[in-house]
Amino acid sequence: MAASFAGQVLRVAAKDLRIELRSREVMATMTFMAVVIVLIFSFAFVVEGTRPPPGVTAGILWVALVVSGTVGLARTFDREREGEAIRSLLMTPIPRPAIYLGKLAATVTLMLLTEAVLTALVAVLFSAGIGASIGRVSALLILGTIGFAAVGCVFSAALLRARGRDAMLSTLLYPIIVPIVIAGARGTAQIIDPVSPDLDGAAFWTQFLGALDILFLTVGLWSFEPVVTGD
Amino acid sequence: MNGAIDALVLRQVGKIYGGRRALADVSARFEPGRVAAVLGPNGAGKSTLLGILATLLAPASGEVRWGDATLERGSPLRARIGYVGHDPGLYGDLTAEENLRLFAGLHGRDHGPTRARTLLERVGLADAAPDVAVRGFSRGMLQRLALARALAHDPDLLLFDEPSAALDPAGAAWLGAELLAERAAGRIVVLVTHDLDAAAAVADQVVILRRGRVVFDETRTERFGPQALRDAYEASCGR
Repeated sequence: MAASFAGQVLRVAAKDLRIELRSREVMATMTFMAVVIVLIFSFAFVVEGTRPPPGVTAGILWVALVVSGTVGLARTFDREREGEAIRSLLMTPIPRPAIYLGKLAATVTLMLLTEAVLTALVAVLFSAGIGASIGRVSALLILGTIGFAAVGCVFSAALLRARGRDAMLSTLLYPIIVPIVIAGARGTAQIIDPVSPDLDGAAFWTQFLGALDILFLTVGLWSFEPVVTGD
Repeated sequence: MNGAIDALVLRQVGKIYGGRRALADVSARFEPGRVAAVLGPNGAGKSTLLGILATLLAPASGEVRWGDATLERGSPLRARIGYVGHDPGLYGDLTAEENLRLFAGLHGRDHGPTRARTLLERVGLADAAPDVAVRGFSRGMLQRLALARALAHDPDLLLFDEPSAALDPAGAAWLGAELLAERAAGRIVVLVTHDLDAAAAVADQVVILRRGRVVFDETRTERFGPQALRDAYEASCGR
């Protein structure tokens, strides 16, 4: 009997997560990249124990998220290209949106695990008051990650057979995810500001990210099939 | 298999890539219980034709009929198609059984480890280490597993794209025997290859493409001899 749509999504996502559990390659690379970025910025901005402004801290968090996420996206889709596994996946009768959502779910899961380490590191190194507002910051991170991965999965699929796809992925992806980074960084800065946190402002950016997610997911579901088949 | 299998009928199928005509008015008929070899020089449109039959590409003109249905890009009929390419189409970090169960499951046909082991026995991989990721398999083992993957959902149409490329002679001979076994099972088997000897050993029907057009299409009750096939190829495409 054919599995339900949700079951098919879960099967695709579970496949990616099982592969990652075995190799730990994507998580290790993403976490390493995120930690290096945060450490470099901490050497530059944390001088004699002074805390950088919340806008800087938030910016560092989101830059590290985007860069490590790009590495993760590229490697996750490399696994589809190796041995032309993607062709076998596309030859199954499951709907293309199920493949898209399965890849998206796995990517978001890996990114969120990396972000847990990343957020803790930023909180410690920059003495940022993230712990007290972890719920609000998490909402921003989760929504931003979904939006980033929604666009990233489409571009990664489109570039599966392209030369220089790693460089092209950043070039194509970053201009489109600028609104996500701005919203995420602004919202985070407003939440972790120790003097005058602006929770209403942060709520606006959270809603803005939610709206972007709906837009990017809709476009991703619509465009995944033509880009992944290249036809 | 799913009862009586209808023939696959191509009617004036055309495909254009970036202004270049990859296929033009290709008409052919592929019958169940036969192996059809599609031959032709590089750029003749063989892989494009296979992509259309695999529902991965949409024809720009014409149609492919299978029984009462039209074979289109993304058609649900792909549940009845198995594909073996020169790349194995497997996940290197999964074991053989995990790969088979994954793809069978995506076809809604995961009947558990017993069915997977039966398939592994069928392709001679019963003794392969069960806990080893297939990344460590030899080329021949990967191709055996690729065939098991293609058979996991019991397809009616089997498509092979240069399946014996990079196989040693023993592996190529094994694959030829498997093609004949699938033919005997009543499936439609379409083989795209450059290897004329391999085609001569298995083909009941030979279709030769040149510059996207069918220049030769013949079905014989007796097998094509290697020399006869070579002569037909050279007459159609030149040396």
